[in-house]
Amino acid sequence: MAENTYLIRGAAILGGDAEDLLISDGVIAARGGGAASHEAAGDAIVIEAAGLVALPGMVDIHTHLREPGREDAETVETGTRAAALGGYTAVHAMANSNPVADTAGVVEQVHSLGRASGWVDVRPVGAVTVGLAGEQLAELGAMADSRARVRVFSDDGICVHDPVLMRRALEYVKAFDGVVAQHAQEPRLTAGAQMNEGAVSAVLGLGGWPAVAEESIIARDVLLAQHVGSRLHVCHVSTAGSVEIIRWAKSRGIDVTAEVTPHHLLLTDELVRSYDPVYKVNPPLRTEADVLALREALADGTIDVIGTDHAPHPSEHKECEWAQAAMGMTGLETALSVVQETMIETGLMGWADFARVTSTVPARIGRLEDQGRPLEAGEPANIILVDPAARWTVDPYKMATMGRNSPFKGRELPGAVIATFFKGHPTVLDGKLNVPYRHPETAGAVSGN
Amino acid sequence: MKHLLSTQDLSAADAIRILDTAEEMAAVGEREVKKLPALRGRTVVNLFFEDSTRTRISFEAAAKRLSADVINFAAKGSSVSKGESLKDTAQTLAAIGADAVVIRHWASGAPHRLAATDWIDAAVINAGDGTHEHPTQALLDAFTMRRHWARLHGTESQGTDLSGMRVAIAGDVLHSRVARSNVWLLRTLGADVTLVAPPTLLPIGVEEWPCKVSYNLDDTLEAGVDAMMMLRVQGERMNASFFPSTREYSRRWGFDDTRLRALDELGLKDTIIMHPGPMNRGLEISSAAADSPRSTVLDQVRNGVSVRMAALYLLLSGDTRETVPATTPSSKESH
Repeated sequence: MAENTYLIRGAAILGGDAEDLLISDGVIAARGGGAASHEAAGDAIVIEAAGLVALPGMVDIHTHLREPGREDAETVETGTRAAALGGYTAVHAMANSNPVADTAGVVEQVHSLGRASGWVDVRPVGAVTVGLAGEQLAELGAMADSRARVRVFSDDGICVHDPVLMRRALEYVKAFDGVVAQHAQEPRLTAGAQMNEGAVSAVLGLGGWPAVAEESIIARDVLLAQHVGSRLHVCHVSTAGSVEIIRWAKSRGIDVTAEVTPHHLLLTDELVRSYDPVYKVNPPLRTEADVLALREALADGTIDVIGTDHAPHPSEHKECEWAQAAMGMTGLETALSVVQETMIETGLMGWADFARVTSTVPARIGRLEDQGRPLEAGEPANIILVDPAARWTVDPYKMATMGRNSPFKGRELPGAVIATFFKGHPTVLDGKLNVPYRHPETAGAVSGN
Repeated sequence: MKHLLSTQDLSAADAIRILDTAEEMAAVGEREVKKLPALRGRTVVNLFFEDSTRTRISFEAAAKRLSADVINFAAKGSSVSKGESLKDTAQTLAAIGADAVVIRHWASGAPHRLAATDWIDAAVINAGDGTHEHPTQALLDAFTMRRHWARLHGTESQGTDLSGMRVAIAGDVLHSRVARSNVWLLRTLGADVTLVAPPTLLPIGVEEWPCKVSYNLDDTLEAGVDAMMMLRVQGERMNASFFPSTREYSRRWGFDDTRLRALDELGLKDTIIMHPGPMNRGLEISSAAADSPRSTVLDQVRNGVSVRMAALYLLLSGDTRETVPATTPSSKESH
């Protein structure tokens, strides 16, 4: 049998009718009735996919892979294994590594590590400012021109709060079709902030992170993007008020996109009553009203994409007092299930919408030509097969990520990724890691695993 | 009760049981030999991540009067990088054989973490956590109020609550663990609570609390108050734009000599003035008010030992019976 030819039989394409897909030499060779009778199909490995949904490989616009610098939290290898298992074929690696990804050298290193691992496309995000310090623009052009071909720039974790610096960044990235992804957090309004400011923080005596600190920055930034005619992406939108501002901006024709995390679609600040730092995240978990507004905004397109904000931390950074704990949650291996639970099982979305918010649009924002493509003949074979009827209980200790900080621990969730095809190669089969794709330059290398 | 972490989840029955037990403990404090053998052989650790000599010596006196062995552990390290983690400290205390941990911590929720994790299996008493709660302070305040309220009604304190008592709490509610614990407990005991503060020092969300909120201390006094509790204004608030100046704060929200006279003029002859200490004389309370016969400041300190004895005794004495429901069983149908 040909090792690089797969015949997927009877998968519901984007949740629609069951059809065959023939994958050969990294592309979709045929779809539908002609697939099985295609000349390449004779040698194909057959995958029976009755009851499974075929979707384009997911693209995460917001991932923390921690390497270089915090290899005790995650590495490119472990993080991309988690991504493949979660149904991803591309991730954007955030810039807050150590050293910060603010030079061509660092983004090329991360890019190379991603290619060596071979589980997904790793697209580094470049820092907007040197050292994420918010004082001086990093060499955005050098990162854009590097082998990593950076198009998304972000100081994520820290807001580019200086309005002049933000304006300049938005203007400058137009030279190479870049986008600034803003972590919207007014720093003075959030000094010492520990959780959403509201009824729960009042009782718990934890410093409040008011919604206005997010909304005021988004309002400013959409106006700046309009003024300079640039592209803005808003990271992890978390409040109902932010949704209203983005909806207004889009109605004015402003080129803004926005993401929401799976955890902000499901969890609320009521969980903080436990003082368990697994629920500590930035932006913080908000209220039920915010959760419902975010779901509605994702369904109606006001929010464009899902971004996991996958943020693994070593256990000692969570097994401590709330105030001492690091902010962040893992998310790559639960994203599909949480989105199915909150958006599909609620009837707000179908699988075609799911493909739009997890693949097509995030690939477009990141300018990834080979990702987020339609499942049609001639297209790159980045495909996942999902069993929507599966149910599973989240166990962080069974995950591929090194982070054990999943806020969904112990929850039963729907949906399981059965297979992930990355460039026509199955990185995941039968819900388990297979072997990574070997890029041409690493084809001769022996895997260390 | 396995732990005493907060007054929010304390039932009326448990609260009254602690206060009644404290009355029995108070009687011990009046004897020449102020000691009971109840906790002989048990080890109580005072784990203080934040300086508080007053609270620490109160717990120490309480544990010693019950014959417990007391270990004082001043863990000043305030960050993971500087010192031992809370988990390691807790596991160390577990290995030493602590039966109860009295924890004071600058981080809200730290006592909950000790109680909720498997780091240590000891009884945990919250001796003040961040800006969250200080349940034994609220219990000693309630004990002090209950004695006053019972005396006014010509009854014994035992078994009674604070039904109908009007309590005003004035000051920095936003950062006050004392205010939070008091609001929940006083409500549970039937008191009618009003918080008085500048709007900057009230938390967003206070409107959902079971109390009234006022920005005007004089209006609150005029409406009638049976206990007036003043909260300490922390030094670090003074330069963070919570209020323009200490003088303005004092004029608008301090219990000064004018307001002390106003109590007499308003005919509020039985109103007591409370303060958890340490006081900023001349800022939130005038010396004349603090030293007046209305002041219960030293009673509160004295009662603190009794209340803490009661808490330690009930958590450690092996009395594991379930909490009696607050409702009266009226018929057999409920079975």
